[in-house]
Amino acid sequence: MTIAATYREAAVGAELPQLVTPPIDPLTLALFAGGSGDHNPIHQDRRFAQANGFDEVFAHGMLSMAYLGRLLSNWAPPERIREFSTRFVSITPLRSVVTCSGTVADIGIEDGARLARIKLTTTLSDGTITLSGEAQVHLG
Amino acid sequence: MLDKTKIGAETEEREITVEAGMLRLFCQAIGEANPVYVDENAARDAGYRAIPTPPTYASVLANLAPPKTDLVLGVLGADLGRMLHGEQGFTQHKPIFVGDRIRLRQRIADIYDKKGGALEFVVLETSATNQDDELCATMHTVAVLRN
Repeated sequence: MTIAATYREAAVGAELPQLVTPPIDPLTLALFAGGSGDHNPIHQDRRFAQANGFDEVFAHGMLSMAYLGRLLSNWAPPERIREFSTRFVSITPLRSVVTCSGTVADIGIEDGARLARIKLTTTLSDGTITLSGEAQVHLG
Repeated sequence: MLDKTKIGAETEEREITVEAGMLRLFCQAIGEANPVYVDENAARDAGYRAIPTPPTYASVLANLAPPKTDLVLGVLGADLGRMLHGEQGFTQHKPIFVGDRIRLRQRIADIYDKKGGALEFVVLETSATNQDDELCATMHTVAVLRN
């Protein structure tokens, strides 16, 4: 599989350099709650999580989307990212290691500009897909 | 069941100034180490007029400047513990920089259910506009309620 190190090397079928996070621990979630302004106790308070049918707190979906944002903005400057969307497919448990992957699905022309469509996923160590999405990156 | 007559309900406009310190905390939280997001000189060396913000940061600004009444928890009266984030999308029109004054508006675009009402979905559309009246980002959020 070809790796495209940056958007300048974009070609259909090429992969973006993967990003693998350290395990998500309670401190990660506390920092993300403060940094993102999402204070939902389902990510902080085990009793609240258990009262709502979960065994344990779990990570904010937007934390994994921010990791995918890092994958993208490592590959292309952030102002080139025109569209970025994900579905939150399954929950990311505490202690998860998240692998962010992207593949150039196609390259098209829109309003005279070359746009790459990137298919994106985040996966856990056991292969579970947690986020599935795509982005449109302006190649110039 | 959620009140579908609330489709079209909107928040008031809120304004927030993009702060370097808050952005630094966000970058620390997500493990983003690129100096352009924390160091003004690095940002200018990279050709930016100020420190740029990473992808998804428009949604952080919306969290940091909440409306008086949350559309899902307040207007629709949904239970926070039953809510999950189903989908999130961003369309970026103009970049957002530290120091920008961003105005946010949000509306309920749709409400629907699946599995005979066991799952309900609220679609929210949010816009972020800067101090020069340029539309910077539109966001699409789907909240899922487990009944």
